[in-house]
Amino acid sequence: MLDFSIIVDYWDMYMQGFGHTVKASLLALLGSLLIGIVIAVFRIAPVRPLNWFGAAYVEFIRNIPLILVVFVFFFGFPALGVRLDSFTAGTLGLTVYTAAFIAEVIRAGILSVPKGQMEAARSSGLTYLQTMRYIILPQAIKIVIPPLGNQFINLVKNSSILGVIAGLDLMYFGDLISSETFVTFDVYIFVAMFYLVLTVPLSLGVGFLERRLARSR
Amino acid sequence: MISFHQVNKHYGNFHVLKDINLHINQGEVVVIIGPSGSGKSTLVRCINRLETITSGELIVDNVKVNDKNTDINKLRRNIGMVFQHFNLYPHKTVLQNITLAPIKVLGISEKEAKETAMYYLEKVGIPDKANAYPSELSGGQQQRVAIARGLAMNPKIMLFDEPTSALDPETIGEVLDVMKKLTKEGMTMVVVTHEMGFAREVADRIVFMDQGRILEEAPPEEFFANPREERARLFLSRILNH
Repeated sequence: MLDFSIIVDYWDMYMQGFGHTVKASLLALLGSLLIGIVIAVFRIAPVRPLNWFGAAYVEFIRNIPLILVVFVFFFGFPALGVRLDSFTAGTLGLTVYTAAFIAEVIRAGILSVPKGQMEAARSSGLTYLQTMRYIILPQAIKIVIPPLGNQFINLVKNSSILGVIAGLDLMYFGDLISSETFVTFDVYIFVAMFYLVLTVPLSLGVGFLERRLARSR
Repeated sequence: MISFHQVNKHYGNFHVLKDINLHINQGEVVVIIGPSGSGKSTLVRCINRLETITSGELIVDNVKVNDKNTDINKLRRNIGMVFQHFNLYPHKTVLQNITLAPIKVLGISEKEAKETAMYYLEKVGIPDKANAYPSELSGGQQQRVAIARGLAMNPKIMLFDEPTSALDPETIGEVLDVMKKLTKEGMTMVVVTHEMGFAREVADRIVFMDQGRILEEAPPEEFFANPREERARLFLSRILNH
């Protein structure tokens, strides 16, 4: 039987960790969605140098381990004279890393919007960027909500990388509590439960959104 | 209004448009006919630069379409286009479909854009569908919305690329009626179509194309009664005799 007194005794620590995990996840979610959209449009826009930049970003970032990306921000930036605290470095690393995957998802969505949409909008005098913003992206994002949801769930779980650089998240406090209590198994089970509190509703929410949008089309 | 001078276009090795010379005056209704693959759609799509030309010169509304310094978005404001597959924006209502470009491109107020949109929806006969989504409309209704969307920009030229080819026979008439109304109002129109009845009734001139060339240009009475070119005669006999 799990030792629930640990949750009660270390409630403040769990809450602090949970709070930071939520905060890191939300920031990284917004940031990676924004960067992802920009990179996806770069990869598709009729401007060669932007295509190259977008492709280089995706291929470079998604092919190295997340922990290395985070280390670049945490250990690499100070060498350049930019000191980041562990929470900021971890969240930035997570954002930059996830953006590469989101860019690919969004790009697939953009490509699945029929060509006639771009033609109709451009022939009415809208610019390329206006067409992307008002016509293509709204339809593309609708199409890719399921895979986008997967990325967001991965993101929440990947935020545990903050624990490695003392980012004050759930994983970090889990380590701390287990080393204080020596009740390793129970402590981490509770950590897992806190993650589930975040990811299960996220997963259900994506499913709900998917069904609702399917009806509106 | 529209002038092609020795225009050629290649898709890789495929020579789509061959030595096109065509002049369309303001207020003129030109109907382009010909077998599929003859380059009709490509020709029309060059006019607003949905397709670029390989050589020659194309002038629309006194602007060189393929000049580097041409502000293509500005030119496109004056050219409405209606497509075979309507290409309405599925995530926007009928009203939003029509008001988007006037608001974002011309910069008019939302209120004014809505009034204009309603005016044109009345004109195409479906003001009651203003708040519907395209998926809730029949093909004929969708195409009429597409026409209203083009007209709401108050263009000087309207291009129609096989506007009735994707419609079921019963709704073709309602779209053609709207187009006929437009011709009476003096709109400059270039229409690619297989509707010979429409062509005969409203065209000022018929342009017959085959294999990337303009083979014949004539007023409809003359073209339908007595086509000069053998290929045009064959084409007409095939589509009119059943």
